[in-house]
Amino acid sequence: MDRECAQLLPPVCAVLGDSRQLVADDTFLEKFLDWFKTLTETESSLHLLQENPCLTELITCVLKLKDPSSSTLSFILRLTGIFTASESCFQYLQQRELLNSLFGEEGPLSSALWEEASVRSGWVQGVHTMTQHQSAIHFLCNCGAIDVIFTLQGDPSLFVASAANRLLVHILTFSLQSFQTKPVNIKDCDWPICAQKLIPHLEESLKSSSASRIKQSLKLLTSVFGCCHDLWTEVLWSQLSEPITYLLENEPFNAGNSLVDLFLSMARSPVFSCPECSLWKSASYALEHLNPAQAGCLSAGILKLQECPQAVRMQALSVLLQPMDCVLKAASQPLEYPGLLNNSLSDSATIETLLSCRSSCASLLCQTLAHLEELLYLTYMPVNLPHIPLLKSVVTVLQFGTGLATPASSLGSKISRILIGCFRVQRSALDILGAFSHWESHSVFMGSVSDILLAYLKSPDTSPTVLKKSFQATLKWLVRLSEAPSSRDYWLQTEQFFRDLFLVLQKRLCSHCWEIRDSALEFLTLLVKHLREKEEFRQVLVSSEVPKFTEDLLEDPESYVRASAVLAMGQLSFLTHLNSKIPSTENGNGKEVKKKSIVAQLQEILVTDSEGFPRRAVISVFIDWLRDGHTDVLKDTEQFVSSVLQVVNCDLDWEVKAGGLELAEVFSAKTLGRVGLAGCPYVSVVSAATRSTQLNESLQIFYRVKLFEFLFGALCDCDRPVAQKACSILIALKAELCDENSLKEGLSAEHSFPEAHGIAWLEKTLRRWSSCAEPCPIGIANEAGSQNPNDILLVLRTIDLEGLNKSLNRSSDHIENSPQSLLQDILATVGTLEENEADCY
Amino acid sequence: MLDCGLDMTSTLNFLPLPLVQSPRLSKLPGWVLKDGSTFLDKELKECSGHVFVDSVPEFCLPETELLDLSTVDVILISNYHCMMALPYITEYTGFTGTVYATEPTVQIGRLLMEELVNFIERVPKAQSASLWKNKEVLRLLPAPLKDAVEVSTWRRCYTMPEVNSALSKIQLVGYSQKIELFGAVQVTPLSSGYALGSSNWIIQSHYEKVSYVSGSSLLTTHPQPMDQASLKNSDVLILTGLTQIPTANPDGMVGEFCSNLAMTVRNGGNVLVPCYPSGVIYDLLECLYQYIDSAGLSNVPFYFISPVANSSLEFSQIFAEWLCHNKQTKVYLPEPPFPHAELIQTNKLKHYPSIHGDFSNDFKQPCVVFTGHPSLRFGDVVHFMELWGKSSLNTVIFTEPDFSYLDALAPYQPLAMKCVYCPIDTRLNFIQVSKLLKEVQPLHVVCPDQYTQPPPTQSHRTDLMIDCQPPAMSYRRAEVLTLPFKRRYEKIEIMPELADSLVPLEIKPGISLATVSAVLHTKDNKHVLQPPPKPVQPLASKKRKRVSDDAPECKPLKPLLSGSIPMDQFVQALEKHGFSDVKVEDTAKGHIVLLQEAETLIQIEEDSTHIICDNDETLRVKLRDLVLKFLQKF
Repeated sequence: MDRECAQLLPPVCAVLGDSRQLVADDTFLEKFLDWFKTLTETESSLHLLQENPCLTELITCVLKLKDPSSSTLSFILRLTGIFTASESCFQYLQQRELLNSLFGEEGPLSSALWEEASVRSGWVQGVHTMTQHQSAIHFLCNCGAIDVIFTLQGDPSLFVASAANRLLVHILTFSLQSFQTKPVNIKDCDWPICAQKLIPHLEESLKSSSASRIKQSLKLLTSVFGCCHDLWTEVLWSQLSEPITYLLENEPFNAGNSLVDLFLSMARSPVFSCPECSLWKSASYALEHLNPAQAGCLSAGILKLQECPQAVRMQALSVLLQPMDCVLKAASQPLEYPGLLNNSLSDSATIETLLSCRSSCASLLCQTLAHLEELLYLTYMPVNLPHIPLLKSVVTVLQFGTGLATPASSLGSKISRILIGCFRVQRSALDILGAFSHWESHSVFMGSVSDILLAYLKSPDTSPTVLKKSFQATLKWLVRLSEAPSSRDYWLQTEQFFRDLFLVLQKRLCSHCWEIRDSALEFLTLLVKHLREKEEFRQVLVSSEVPKFTEDLLEDPESYVRASAVLAMGQLSFLTHLNSKIPSTENGNGKEVKKKSIVAQLQEILVTDSEGFPRRAVISVFIDWLRDGHTDVLKDTEQFVSSVLQVVNCDLDWEVKAGGLELAEVFSAKTLGRVGLAGCPYVSVVSAATRSTQLNESLQIFYRVKLFEFLFGALCDCDRPVAQKACSILIALKAELCDENSLKEGLSAEHSFPEAHGIAWLEKTLRRWSSCAEPCPIGIANEAGSQNPNDILLVLRTIDLEGLNKSLNRSSDHIENSPQSLLQDILATVGTLEENEADCY
Repeated sequence: MLDCGLDMTSTLNFLPLPLVQSPRLSKLPGWVLKDGSTFLDKELKECSGHVFVDSVPEFCLPETELLDLSTVDVILISNYHCMMALPYITEYTGFTGTVYATEPTVQIGRLLMEELVNFIERVPKAQSASLWKNKEVLRLLPAPLKDAVEVSTWRRCYTMPEVNSALSKIQLVGYSQKIELFGAVQVTPLSSGYALGSSNWIIQSHYEKVSYVSGSSLLTTHPQPMDQASLKNSDVLILTGLTQIPTANPDGMVGEFCSNLAMTVRNGGNVLVPCYPSGVIYDLLECLYQYIDSAGLSNVPFYFISPVANSSLEFSQIFAEWLCHNKQTKVYLPEPPFPHAELIQTNKLKHYPSIHGDFSNDFKQPCVVFTGHPSLRFGDVVHFMELWGKSSLNTVIFTEPDFSYLDALAPYQPLAMKCVYCPIDTRLNFIQVSKLLKEVQPLHVVCPDQYTQPPPTQSHRTDLMIDCQPPAMSYRRAEVLTLPFKRRYEKIEIMPELADSLVPLEIKPGISLATVSAVLHTKDNKHVLQPPPKPVQPLASKKRKRVSDDAPECKPLKPLLSGSIPMDQFVQALEKHGFSDVKVEDTAKGHIVLLQEAETLIQIEEDSTHIICDNDETLRVKLRDLVLKFLQKF
């Protein structure tokens, strides 16, 4: 703690300990605690207390108060907890008999303030922080605190109950952490006293008739098995497996979700990975007897495990596939598809009942589809999923969703009625359909997937959100298939799909619903980005009306759509031969008017669009173009960059400016790379003279595009991200351009290095540059204003970029966040309160 | 009679009526029978494998054989589409009753009829074909002509005087207005949410209620929303006029309409929308009003061509009280409720009575034309089909669900222009019906047979049928159905002076009885209890009574008895009055009291008491009085 804080601390403690001087803002207390947490990490807590006796006095003083406020008491409990985490400090306060008064029976436990949830919460948190050494454990056992924590498990405040549960987990794992060897039996071994108290309590709770007590105990065990993988956990399980098995057999539904969490937590622990472990028997029993939703969660968890008996895995897979099997069978004739499961093994009556009911059908299917989707994305899959029939079942769900599936049973008719127009299930099914692209081949796509995707893309009843999912699934398949080695046959088959797709797409681009136009543009952008190298794809796209309609959307009244159209056009313009497709239009006099180039159109949007989104999109397109060497940009890169930076410089949107800076960065890197000054470390070393020439050449280019004017302007910007970015670019440029030798050659001998300057000086210089029409001679930039390449270099060297960078990297409230400021604020607030009090009278 | 719609699908069997001479149509070859007979080649023409009647289009009338329409007292009209056969009924069947409809229904119905008459009359056709209707000939014709129903009853279109005469028989009603029909029932129109002034009807007596739900919509479009609450507690709900295209969601179809329209226009093509002059067109124009700017169509002219275009656009703006809430509030701003007013003001929408005159001067392409008739057999639409049909740049978008678009297009084949089918039918679909029935819970539902099974083309779609409990009673054409309720009670009013004279006696807590003696007066199905005439007093004077004052004689009224006789007390009373040898026997129906000495027997049963004694009137009276003591008198 620094001296200033040490001086401020006594009056602050006096204020906090004075019940008449209420601290109005609780956040002060939280900040105060945070500060001490940080302090105790670096300094000895005991030393802190000894050096600042006001802290101990504060604790004593609050304890003596007849009627302390609940917030102050809670604060003191937590503060004491922070100090007593250190054993020496614990002893120090124990000697002063303070701990019993705080955490023992004499403390708030017996006072009326215990009714306040904040006090109970403070007590639990204080104890939790304190329990970092055996002395604390002994203290808790001796003062009856363990029983208090048991009671708090059922606290009406969920925060307190949950914190009490976490505390018990901590106490158990902490007190048992020394048990490295496996004890044979819980009764035989010398378990710590608190563990001996806790385990029977857990046992009793698990056997109780109170659902909330059972759930709390299961949660506690879940946390214990989740965070601790020591051998004693196995003994704990052997002790508690009996009541848990009883629960599973008799109360499977009430405690189902908690049991699922417990089993999964245990299954992830290496302690229980042995196939003979009784856990697997219980898990298997649970898979059989829990309701399908709970069993589905357990199955999904089991199937993600690396270590698990194969039989349990297969059982879990069956549970997960069962709803899909029912759907598949509900829409196909008995011998048409073998189904996903062996009939003799599965009892589908419960699932069929759930699928027949409107409320449960959609939730069960959504949950199952989500679990299966997760499994499809796993890189390591311990069981073989029956991909083809599973895909068929997903397609069937989607067919039911649009009324395309023909029910083969009464269940099918019911499912059909429920799923038609059920967007939730449609979305989930489309998600998983996209995930199948990782597994399946082109022939599968052309078989049934493409048909159902087109049906959804075409249907006027497809909701905007479902349409978006359809686009995403289509994109995943097309990208995946394009990455696979393609054959001529493949493209012949896919060509027709693309033709159909672009017909749909052009209709969607004309939709009256802007969300649909936007989704269609996003899809198009990504499609072109991934497939633009495929000649066949390009040809079908160019021969469609899609590019024309996309260009029309640059004038859409909705700014999101305009932004998406900009991005789409950015990608489309890479297909250079498109340019020849842009038609000429006739003006009123019947003369042909050449349409504006896409660069000009986007530049116009950058200048004129009143909304930020399209302008940001334009900048991002320009960055891509510059980076990827777009032909239109390559024609005259300097002119292009110069004009863009000029426009961006005047833009009020900081994101547009940040985009402009990125463009400047790409441009400078490219320029320096082109002249061999930056980038690759393997480039042959150039002579000093060549380097100087190259540097000069780069400087000239930067000078012509007014790069530094833009960067310096951005450095002075009031938006911190803009200034930060400009600063880092300038630092990089300085490193490249301002090495000693080159500078010496570029500047006259009499020119000495000036002192480092700050922002105010830079702003002044920029003002001079902008006001002065004629360039001034080298070396008098400071006085006369204006610029030439060497002036720029001089400014670059003169300005204290490192200092600026440091201050910009600090958060804007770094001064206000200091502990000193916090202490002053606490004092000031009390002062204000007093003044207000006076005013009141 | 509930509604009187006109089946216009019959016109699809006829050749279109072009506004100007159409070389293509006039050159169509005559139809030749398989045996080479050519006697029908003047009447029937062949076009791309289909056969059409070359004559003035005819319409299929409502069923007239089953019922003598002159005996119909009242016709209730649901909406303007359901009254198109009215002139045929009022002018040709001897109908003398009253027709009830709301004002917008009548006004817009008049416009539809006027347009229809105008379309047919302005291109008079010299030829009238009738040979083909001969039963023997008909069976030789190809489908669909040979399968046409009751062609002998098909009639030419009515005339304007007939329309005017028919409409003069309509009595205007407002929503929730109660109209007494001969005292027998009360009918009330309720908003059905489908079109301007469209109604469902409640037909109720004091103890029975029948709802007639026809052409209703729960969607938020321009008309006042549907009144569902008033349909509750119906004994029978007759349900008809559901959507004709249950698989087409109106929102999706409007989206399709807009997309296809924009695609065509952006590619330099024209769009033709065959439509009625009122109804969905208002919603389409409103949707386009919001869409044209976003689709970059601000410079594309929209033309609405109909002899009644102007009236339709203007009428829609003046029926404020019949509009949905949002549009009603606009009137108070004051703003026109429909945005087509602004489209007209800004010259984006132009309307013309026909393609002749101003339209030909203003006509610019590419454009969007809304015009009738949706059957494509008459009206200005025929001209545009001939004009634009050859170019694949143009598109015809069908939005009205009444006609099969493939049948409508048949006489225009081969056709290069694109055809898009976006039927916009806002009437109830089966999901909405299911919700409605759950909400209003009628005891019985009666509906056409088609609604109780999935559509024939989609037999697996069991969601496209009515699903209710108890199952709906269905009917087919010309089937007579007995509604599942009987009239058991009638309400009778009591005149105040008679009610005053009643003396109720409480016989059980909360239940009082009073005897009423009155005269039941029944007139116009209303029943009233009036005070009975006073008993005849002996004449004070010897003056002869006037005959007109003669009233029926009334005997003095005997009191009515009620209550039961407690046997123990009765026996005690008998003993008190000197009967010593009283014996009581229980029987199945009551008791028998034997007075052995007097050789007398008293039979006491639930609803009768008999005293049997041997001609001893004094004893009988004595015993009677004893019995009466235990009973209450009214």
